Amino acid sequence: MADTALAHGADHGAPHTTTGLSNNKLGMWIFLGSECLLFGGLISTYMLYKGRASTGPQPDQIYDIPFTSVSSFVLLMSSLTMVLAVSAAHRKDDRNTNLWLTVTALLGATFVGGQVYEFTAFYREGLGFTTSLFGSSFYTLTGFHGVHVTVGIIMLMALVGMVRKNRIPGSKAETVELIGLYWHFVDIVWIVIFTLVYLIPS
Amino acid sequence: MSTATDHAAHTDHSHDESHGATDKQYVVIALILAALTAIEVSTYYVDFGPLFMPTLFVLMTVKFVIVVSYFMHLKFDNKLFSYLFYTGLILAIAVYCGALATFKFFLQKG
Amino acid sequence: MAIIERPSAEIAVAGAAPTGVKPSEALGVFKRPAASTSWKDWLVTVDHKKLGIMYGVAAFFFFIVGGVEALLIRLQLAGPEGKILSADQYNQMFTMHATTMVFLFVMPMVSAFANYFVPLQIGARDVAFPRINAFGFWCWLFGGIFLNTSWFLGGAADGGWFMYAPNSSTLFSPSHGIDFWVLGLQITGIASLTGAINLIVTVLNMRAPGMKLMRMPIFTWMTLVVQFLLLFAMPVITVALFLLSFQRSFDATFFDVAAGADPLLWQHLFWIFGHPEVYILILPSFGIVSEIIPVFSKKPLFGYPIVAMSGAAIGFVGWGVWAHHMFASGLGPVSVAVFSMATMAIAVPTGVKIVNWIMTMWGGKLSFTVPMLFAIGLVVQFTIGGLSGVTHSVAPSDTQQTDTYYIVAHFHYVLFGGAIFGLFAGFYYWWPKIFRKQLSESLGKWNFWLMVIGMNMTFGPMHILGLQGQPRRMQVWTEARAGEGFFNIGFWNRIASLGSFILAVGVLLFIINIIYTHKSKKVAIAPLDPWDARSLEWMTANPPVEHNFDSIPTVNNLDEFFHRKYAEDPNTHEVRQVATAEEVLAELNAHPDEHIHMPSRSYWPILVSLSLPIICYGLIYNRLLMGVGAAFLLLTMFGWAMEPSTAPDDDFDPPAPGEGGGHTKELAPLG
Repeated sequence: MADTALAHGADHGAPHTTTGLSNNKLGMWIFLGSECLLFGGLISTYMLYKGRASTGPQPDQIYDIPFTSVSSFVLLMSSLTMVLAVSAAHRKDDRNTNLWLTVTALLGATFVGGQVYEFTAFYREGLGFTTSLFGSSFYTLTGFHGVHVTVGIIMLMALVGMVRKNRIPGSKAETVELIGLYWHFVDIVWIVIFTLVYLIPS
Repeated sequence: MSTATDHAAHTDHSHDESHGATDKQYVVIALILAALTAIEVSTYYVDFGPLFMPTLFVLMTVKFVIVVSYFMHLKFDNKLFSYLFYTGLILAIAVYCGALATFKFFLQKG
Repeated sequence: MAIIERPSAEIAVAGAAPTGVKPSEALGVFKRPAASTSWKDWLVTVDHKKLGIMYGVAAFFFFIVGGVEALLIRLQLAGPEGKILSADQYNQMFTMHATTMVFLFVMPMVSAFANYFVPLQIGARDVAFPRINAFGFWCWLFGGIFLNTSWFLGGAADGGWFMYAPNSSTLFSPSHGIDFWVLGLQITGIASLTGAINLIVTVLNMRAPGMKLMRMPIFTWMTLVVQFLLLFAMPVITVALFLLSFQRSFDATFFDVAAGADPLLWQHLFWIFGHPEVYILILPSFGIVSEIIPVFSKKPLFGYPIVAMSGAAIGFVGWGVWAHHMFASGLGPVSVAVFSMATMAIAVPTGVKIVNWIMTMWGGKLSFTVPMLFAIGLVVQFTIGGLSGVTHSVAPSDTQQTDTYYIVAHFHYVLFGGAIFGLFAGFYYWWPKIFRKQLSESLGKWNFWLMVIGMNMTFGPMHILGLQGQPRRMQVWTEARAGEGFFNIGFWNRIASLGSFILAVGVLLFIINIIYTHKSKKVAIAPLDPWDARSLEWMTANPPVEHNFDSIPTVNNLDEFFHRKYAEDPNTHEVRQVATAEEVLAELNAHPDEHIHMPSRSYWPILVSLSLPIICYGLIYNRLLMGVGAAFLLLTMFGWAMEPSTAPDDDFDPPAPGEGGGHTKELAPLG
């Protein structure tokens, strides 16, 4: 009757779980499921209000589709580099893991830089946060997304440092994989935002 | 590229068997995504007529599913992850479209 | 960093302190806190049982706060032209009463029970993410305190607990009260969301061998459903709260009607959260009574799979009914019809549960202990509240009822008569397991009956008051406008106010019961299994040891503990007792597990959570303070990330002389 299900953790990698799946990975996926509700709410608010600019510029007057397309492409490619980082981590190749993590962070920073540039350009053209409903909801939605990307960049850089110093508590490959899941999620949210916000005019 | 055999690295035994794509395949997938994005952007320049909205929605959905299934590995992982994530996604779409519907959002032009 | 597994000869509860603590290869800023028995241990604990107790004590304190707020409301309405509360104070009082009861009493009290008992019921040693569990508790506590400091800082929130826009804007509510409300709820919301992730992973991944999902106790099942509801509903109110706070603090225009905003946006976002929220409030109590009724009917739960599945069905359908809170808001006939039908549908799985509880009792050998009385109280009173709920689902009828005291009657019957009675049933039922003594049955019966009489006297008349036309949130009534006849608005308000004080005395008796039970030398220490219960949490010591089970049981049945005590003769189908609870526990402990991995104490959860109210005070008063808080948040999060969930043995502050060192901990990270 005595059960040693929780024993021998250090020898065999992960402790046993009922589903056989990692606790951390399960936790990350359900967290991402809940984030769908968060971004869904922000996107819906934008969709409701994008046509309501009683003052200030309208969406089709202000968006710079070519510029944003380049930004979107950059973020999409950062998903590729992230997946290469995860692949390197599974191969226990620390050097390439860090290489690809750094490139991902740089691409992410480029994206955020592009967002900052875009926001300042819009502001100069008359679209402020408080100008209109369109302004408030646009900046809130893209701002939340940008903050998520920034948090991702911070996590990536922290991960690079911890990989280098060999200071990851737990499985290195899994940690990289889970940060990768978060990063890809931020990318797929942008896939939706790029279409609904930018490409579909009001 | 090959499945890591160091057991200490793995917390999920089902991960050993199904490792998804190789690095080269990931690059190919990324190129496909880039091509799809190019088509999306082309709707800004080219008049798609009545196909405008459907094209954008299909492309958005396809890109979304590709990233989730391949980059996020959902296609190769235990189905429980898919159920949990897609439940959240579908619930979000359902309630928010429901709310927007009460605003007659889908009845307006465009 | 090498991880060493050290064999232990025995699992000592009070082991030797590590001698000669060497400087560790500590990753974090501080060494880990050592085990101690002082109050400090509670600040750094990650033990689900201690966290459960802290949730429970703090939540009960807020129950009293919310209760006092309610009594002030009832005093104000006890007579015509009440002078107890001005209109402005009255607005604050009903807003804070509801906010406190929902977010600072029922939800955390549910967390208290879930935290304490879910790991025990599934045969686990703790939850999946113990530090996040602790973090959630401290977030909730600091958020609740932050929210209530508004009383002393210019006035509390005054827009009603559903804070409709544009009434909630700075134009109509200029004090900081609503800012405290918004930010306080954001902080407490973190507790709900992280708790949901924690408990879902725990229930899915940490069940004992043989504990299939359909062998889990119903309390665990209902908790699982509730965590999914929280997981998906919390982000929606998070969005709503951000939009409101951006409007109030940064002049965003989300609810500015002049700029073209639609106030219904707030209502949708709030109620998409708000309706699942009410199921979050009631399902755990359904779970509690589903444990209690079988035990005191000496019968297994009737239709266990149906009870489990109907809970899931309620959770699922609950997402489709939110706009029944908005029938009178101008949605239009199509929307109203759709939501009206969905609301009627959701009565079905709820009714199913009522039938199952009654059928469990039917033919059973009933014993009317205090837990059973409270459980039956829930069944009766929730049915009454549910019936008035069904009348709301008929949209034309609801058009008259909405925003009147009829609604107030409905939700107090389901929330007080239902959810809170379920919680009290849980208190009396599980008290001996947590606190080693059974609360007095005779005081308990006084407690119960006074609460029943008080509750029905307070909220029963409110059905009539609503139909007589008394609107919600009405600050004062006068004789001139109280209506004709003797049984007018004035009469029923007087009865309701009297009832509320009887109810308060009933609650007071509960507190007296606790004090009496624990101070009295005549009350014996409770046996291991005082109620002859059925589920695994009773197969432990009183209270359970830190690692819960000396050896994790293998589960072969639903109601596993019952099946270890009783066997059914295959020929005669007679059920006989084959072992006492003590014998079952002794057998379980005969071969204790050798390597028990327990998560280690940590400073980080409380430190990280402390940064949040600092940021929020900064947002309201001083942006520099916000920066300080944000920096503190970043630093403490790094500290946390660098720390493994289980410490190497030498990574401890040496305990103070005279303090125990706790038991030897084994090493290896938890999953």
